[in-house]
Amino acid sequence: MSYLGRRVGFYLVTIWAAITINFLIPRLMPGNPVQLLIARLQGQGTLSTRAIHALSVAFGLETHQSLVAQYWHYWVQLFHGNLGLSVTYYPSTVVNVIATALPWTLALVGISTVIAFVIGTGIGILAAWRRGSWLEAALPISTFFTAIPYFWLGLVAVAVFGVVLGWFPLSGGLGQGMAVAFNGTFISSALYHAALPAVTIVVTSMAGWMIGMRNMMVTTLGEDYVLVAQAKGLSERRVMMTYAARNAILPSIASFALSLSFVVSGAILVEIVFSYPGIGYVLFQAVQNEDYPLMEAIFLIITLAVLVANFVADLAYVFLDPRTRQEA
Amino acid sequence: MTGTGRETTRGAARERGSARWEARDGARRVTEGSPGGIVLEIAGLCVDYGDGPDAVHAVVDVDLAVHRGEVIGVAGESGSGKSTLAYAATRLLRPPGIITGGDAWFYPEAGEASSRLNLLDASAETLREIRWAELAIVFQSAMHALNPVLSVEVQLTDTLAAHRPEMSAAARRERAGELLEMVGINPDRLSSFPHELSGGMRQRVMIAMALALEPQVVIMDEPTTALDVVTQREILEQVIELRDRYGFSVIFITHDLSLLLELADTIAIMYAGRLVEVGPAKRLFRSPRHPYTLGLLSSFPPLHGEVRALSGIPGSPPDLRRVPSGCPFHPRCRFSLPRCGEERPQLVAVSADGERRVACLLHDGRQSPPAELGNPDAGSVPVAPMAAWGPDGPDRSLPPLDDTALSRPEEGVTPHA
Repeated sequence: MSYLGRRVGFYLVTIWAAITINFLIPRLMPGNPVQLLIARLQGQGTLSTRAIHALSVAFGLETHQSLVAQYWHYWVQLFHGNLGLSVTYYPSTVVNVIATALPWTLALVGISTVIAFVIGTGIGILAAWRRGSWLEAALPISTFFTAIPYFWLGLVAVAVFGVVLGWFPLSGGLGQGMAVAFNGTFISSALYHAALPAVTIVVTSMAGWMIGMRNMMVTTLGEDYVLVAQAKGLSERRVMMTYAARNAILPSIASFALSLSFVVSGAILVEIVFSYPGIGYVLFQAVQNEDYPLMEAIFLIITLAVLVANFVADLAYVFLDPRTRQEA
Repeated sequence: MTGTGRETTRGAARERGSARWEARDGARRVTEGSPGGIVLEIAGLCVDYGDGPDAVHAVVDVDLAVHRGEVIGVAGESGSGKSTLAYAATRLLRPPGIITGGDAWFYPEAGEASSRLNLLDASAETLREIRWAELAIVFQSAMHALNPVLSVEVQLTDTLAAHRPEMSAAARRERAGELLEMVGINPDRLSSFPHELSGGMRQRVMIAMALALEPQVVIMDEPTTALDVVTQREILEQVIELRDRYGFSVIFITHDLSLLLELADTIAIMYAGRLVEVGPAKRLFRSPRHPYTLGLLSSFPPLHGEVRALSGIPGSPPDLRRVPSGCPFHPRCRFSLPRCGEERPQLVAVSADGERRVACLLHDGRQSPPAELGNPDAGSVPVAPMAAWGPDGPDRSLPPLDDTALSRPEEGVTPHA
């Protein structure tokens, strides 16, 4: 399909541009990570010039190399899956740091985002279908929660359910001294620790989906084909889902794909508030420690995630809306 | 003896029922000029938009009977309430439309009052069963009447699935193909989506969809308005051909009276939410009785016969929030009498056979109507003497459609207010 071919070509060019910019920006900035690391290690005794040179090589910052040579080197390393060493978590590699943190974020923020979308959209559909019912009253209430900054809601949740009531843990993703293992105790402990941050994310992001879907539904319900479906004597459920919601959901798909791509960057503030061991928390640490290799890698992953999510959204549109299948 | 008699009647009814279902093979034809019993009877229907004192009375006390196999045309300017009438009768009216009075009787066995059913009281489930199976609608804008994300096949077969659950998926698919063929579309277009079809094809798909379950009544709400004249002609010919083959009744709503003259058996003219004239198409054309009908007829050139000046109708349709007192048409009427602004005319029969009805004071017998409105009725029956009406105004020489319906206190509506 030439439509897909064109889309793939577009994404390849975009990825190239993103990686190139990602390579250039830190090199255009003053200072470099080696100097930071030197400053950090200085406390443990002075470093020899040879040690400094070794660090420069390790971080790919040999100044005598031309920019073009560095760029080439960068691509080679990238294809080897080598994103350098982390300053913050030295001597761990950036890849290791991300590989440890990413699953936590994907599970917590990913699942919460999907839950928020499903519940919000579902309530939106029903609220539009039953205009004037109590569900419409849910709209202003959930808007209120959207207006509250989610990190603040997180703080309140920690204070009330963690500190005062003691129902939920205050921080972390796992119980003390537990290791990642796929057994019952691990999963229940992980769920227990994820409950508060997940609820915070769901409650604050649900209303957006709800209002968007409800408004689109109300517009769609005014369409002739919905009236036709009713005149056809179809069941209420089929009219609501296949005729109204099926069309009304199309605009939501793009924003859902976009929000899924931001799952990778994590809900930074939520992860900070709950000290959750995800990417958002790692990014926060990286920024505080001026950990350029780590930041660079995280930004690269976020960029890729946005592109992948957009591509998936494009595919979803082709699948959901026959009008996009038309060759332009 | 009585027992067997009842058995026979029931058996005959069953036979009639199955005949309808076989009719898709072309077995049933309606004999020209002899419409069957009533299938749909709208009685005293009133529809408001909005509530309270600001309500707009979009349809006021409309009585209309649709006979089996009849094409009844409803004509009027924009905002005259013709579409509202059709949507209200099928209970598809959307808020803020409210049915404030009247009945819409559906006769499953044409003409048999015992089995009739009031669509306006029917439960949601009964209504769902009758919709499309007996009462189908072709909407004005074919562009928007088809769901853009479902294929033609899905949209044709989901109707069958909803009403004929016993049909297998393969049988439904086959029937969908037959339906497309019936309206002159190649069955391989089943997998097409609406945006891949032309406007004319979409409207044909809508017509095929309307006929999927062999309904008794098909309401067509300006089905050809969005189409060019050639396509319009083709579609109308197809509708008439299908009507002749399957014998369904058509309520054809349009603002184009010239279309109705070729198409309809009976024409009903609406103005400001009221019926102002009803009669057989040819007789109404040759001898209009209401000044508004005359105006509509003078608004388009005749295809045959002598050329005459087009006059049109001065003024514009009334604002339904401020309907003129008396006859709502009187400010635009060139024949209006002083009392037209005070007395509201009722729709009464003006021919001896009762087939022609008009709501106009010019015909109440107190004066002879102007020459333009007094052409001899083309019908075989001589015009009834108007002077027979009593001093209290005309009595309704048409048999009242349903006395109980008109005087039900719980409706809270005074008919002919």
